[in-house]
Amino acid sequence: MSQSLDTPPFSVIGGRPVRPDGVDKVTGRALFGADFAVAGQLCGRVLRSPHAHAKIVSIDTRKARALAGVKAVVTGADFPNLKSEVHEGGESSSDLRDLAINVIARDKALYEGHAVAAVAAISPKIAEEALRLISVVYEPLPHVLEVEAAMAADAPILHDHLRTGGVTPAPTTASNIAKRHIFERGDLAQGFADADVTYEGRYTTQAVHQGYIEPHACVAQWGEDGQCDVWCSSQGHFMVRAHCAKILNISLSDVRVTPLEIGGGFGGKTTVYLEPLALALSRQSGRPVKMVMTRDEVFRATGPTSGAAMTVRLGAKRDGTLTAAKVELKFQAGAFPGSPVGAACMTALACYDVPNFEVLGWDVVTNTPKVAAYRAPGAPIVAFAVESAMDELARTLKIDPIELRLKNAVRDGVIASYGPKYRNIGYVETLEALKASDHYKAPLGPNQGRGFAVGFWFNIGGESTASVHVAEDGGVTVTTGSPDIGGSRASMQMMAAETLGLPVERVRAKIADTASIGFSNVTGGSRTTFATGLAVIEACRKIIADATRRAVGTFGVEADQVVWTHGQVELLDGSKPPLTLADLARESGKTGGPMSAEVALNAQGAGPGFGAHLCDLEVDPETGQVSVVRYTAAQDVGRAIHPAYVEGQIQGGVAQGLGWALNEAYLFDPGGRMENPGFLDYRMPVASDLPMIDTILVEVANPRHPFGAKGVGETPIVPPLAAAANAVRAATGLRLNDLPLAPPAILAASDLARAAE
Amino acid sequence: MIHVILPADLPFTGGVTQVGVEAKTLKGLMQALEKRFPGLGDHLDRKMAFAVDGEIHQDAWFAPLPDGAEVVVLPKIGGG
Amino acid sequence: MTKLSVRTTVNGDEQNFLADPTTTLLDALRDELRLTGAKEGCGTGDCGACSVIVDGRVVCSCLMLAVEAEGRSVTTVEGLAEAGRLHPLQSKFLEHAALQCGFCTPGFLVAAKALLDVNPSPTETEVRFWLAGNLCRCTGYDKIVRAVMDAAAEMRQERCA
Repeated sequence: MSQSLDTPPFSVIGGRPVRPDGVDKVTGRALFGADFAVAGQLCGRVLRSPHAHAKIVSIDTRKARALAGVKAVVTGADFPNLKSEVHEGGESSSDLRDLAINVIARDKALYEGHAVAAVAAISPKIAEEALRLISVVYEPLPHVLEVEAAMAADAPILHDHLRTGGVTPAPTTASNIAKRHIFERGDLAQGFADADVTYEGRYTTQAVHQGYIEPHACVAQWGEDGQCDVWCSSQGHFMVRAHCAKILNISLSDVRVTPLEIGGGFGGKTTVYLEPLALALSRQSGRPVKMVMTRDEVFRATGPTSGAAMTVRLGAKRDGTLTAAKVELKFQAGAFPGSPVGAACMTALACYDVPNFEVLGWDVVTNTPKVAAYRAPGAPIVAFAVESAMDELARTLKIDPIELRLKNAVRDGVIASYGPKYRNIGYVETLEALKASDHYKAPLGPNQGRGFAVGFWFNIGGESTASVHVAEDGGVTVTTGSPDIGGSRASMQMMAAETLGLPVERVRAKIADTASIGFSNVTGGSRTTFATGLAVIEACRKIIADATRRAVGTFGVEADQVVWTHGQVELLDGSKPPLTLADLARESGKTGGPMSAEVALNAQGAGPGFGAHLCDLEVDPETGQVSVVRYTAAQDVGRAIHPAYVEGQIQGGVAQGLGWALNEAYLFDPGGRMENPGFLDYRMPVASDLPMIDTILVEVANPRHPFGAKGVGETPIVPPLAAAANAVRAATGLRLNDLPLAPPAILAASDLARAAE
Repeated sequence: MIHVILPADLPFTGGVTQVGVEAKTLKGLMQALEKRFPGLGDHLDRKMAFAVDGEIHQDAWFAPLPDGAEVVVLPKIGGG
Repeated sequence: MTKLSVRTTVNGDEQNFLADPTTTLLDALRDELRLTGAKEGCGTGDCGACSVIVDGRVVCSCLMLAVEAEGRSVTTVEGLAEAGRLHPLQSKFLEHAALQCGFCTPGFLVAAKALLDVNPSPTETEVRFWLAGNLCRCTGYDKIVRAVMDAAAEMRQERCA
């Protein structure tokens, strides 16, 4: 089937219809993870390690099992020991064995909050009492939290079997350094020799959580015949099925996972925590088991993203041309290998055409929760460092920061720092659009500063299945296996309506469980509008081909005498009225059977996203408090299928990035216990912290999608960290290289500066 | 002839970064590279993506390779 | 522990249910009355996803005991639409795409209704500070604030008409 690029004007694409699942969500009817219940369900609870690092000497569950109302108790001993098997999820690859041990500990607790046992009982009270009755004997071990401390020769070792990968000769002693990554080009020494000016900075960031408002929740049922049902919110129910099957060593086809509505994920729900536990408890008890995390558990036991230590050294000519870049990244992976440092290495210089560079990355385990993907994993962290350094370079060279990016901008035909030649990218257009904005020229008030930064994310394609049915009245249902995190039902509905030439109200979009639709990769990676959309469009094109064939037979003409246009098949000579989709559907029984089409594909050619942001901050010199005064985010979105949801993705990513920059951080006590596992002290942005967030949607179409769509969801979180730091620099003269830029940090830097004068 | 660009730190290649092979699909490419560098084929299949004349392909055995195409090998990406 | 009988009015209807003395109003609404619109996001009154209106005041139902609702009047998100007609706040949230995942939306709608009940013409700043107790991680609040202000405008017009 040809994939021609459809061009405007569109009837539906680019409009703003109300999303089809909207009424359920504003009336409270929509069922999220914890809203679901099954008759006879038990309440599951998890016992978690109070130690950041400890041997588990013994676990005695007898008293817990004996408590009236307790129906099941499981520990690591109830789960199979897996062989090492890497689940190739890209930069968030992890070993399934590690994932299984993360779900429930075996011989060691590797972080405070690590699951050690789980119970199922007839009420929450009894379940909690049962947890108290489980005796665990721990032998606490020295722990390590900070990434550079974990790399030191005398650091406590988490995994005796772990050897540093990516190093030759292969090391023979245990280390916390799981892997070394390196990306190089040209001659670094010569590049720096050619530079007129150089700048070097050292940067640190802290672990931050995705912060979805909905805690993890699921209901699991292990049938007497071995058929399992799981109802859960996740970013991918096929992923849940696969992971549960592996961790419990059962057949994947014996598990059906039904997706519930999901209250935010941002990458943090592309893995499993509770589901295998709930299934194991259900198997033991013979009853369905419901498990819901508390907010405290979400913080202590689910993946934040990495904290990091980084250095960036840049060399440039006086006219701003970059000649060399040297970047070193050390990322926390948490308790098991698999930080996004590899992706960070690849994105570090993705916006720049630099002839000589070296980007070195270290994946380091620490006694903190295993990191999980967080929106453009790794990219915001390294962009904080690179864009802060570029800002200082711009100051030294006395070149406008946008001009400096334009001078070194990647364009079509340039070889990306991570390998391929760019094509159909809109980076320069995005920079120009921002430069032309009112925000760029607006004056600033006292104690205010403007920061600028750019960002990049790859976006992916991947596997999706879409099924399209035409009802007897011509109404269309589009079914996919992509959970809707942020309005994707609306864009599927719109892409189908546009393709079929129908008003959007005649199309319904549904999400089916793993037994009812073919496989789909997770909703994440900014892939859904692109890849699932492509499957939807191609299924609709099959419907069109089928409808046309039926019309040819119905009219009794040759195939070349008709044309499909705007939802109907017309005779070229106009001798009879056209046959609409509804007409054909009504008679479909007589023309071959129901009208239905399914497409399953692995979409290739996803287009990367580039963003350029301006951030105006006001810093109170007495308190160090930072207010966000104005924010504009420009991004190349390919084609905005539903502009309001594209704007929404950008605004949401910006808000998360600002929280990351200004206030959010995991804080640990000396014992390695998290001190702020709640929303009061893990301070995310609230409505009064932010102004309106203006967006500029730049559309440079991606020819691999019929409507030109590119992924949009992840890029927006990449620039804000440095945009904020650069704004603080502009407002105060203080260059802060350690996130978050919270008031104590700003005041300390300001005191230091004053003392130095 | 397909012009292949490999990352310098890829295992099994001994640091070779440019090589020409005959292949009509990405699977054929991986098989040809396996012949040149034993062990590389499986590594590529599991961990790497391919940019074919700039367009990124991940898990696409049957993706056709136009004659004279440039294929850049890069790590797979997942996203969040 | 024996459950206690609680008599309360929820969304205009008299309800009588049983609750443990330690059960929160949130859990009673969700588990006894199957009104799952109010959500638990944190359980400590910091996120507002559990917001309901009790005797005219917006409260975090996770911080209130079910037994404290005895004799009182409770409004949840399920009580906003009337006889098949969405409340202007609900319509405006949809029109402005002020929800992405939708998890925080019931809490925001209830809190916004409580605002407009006491202040029919809030400024943007007043809206933002009133809603500072409701966390949203998806939208960055921009479209939520626009939707609330637009709903307020529509409701003022309806009153005049």
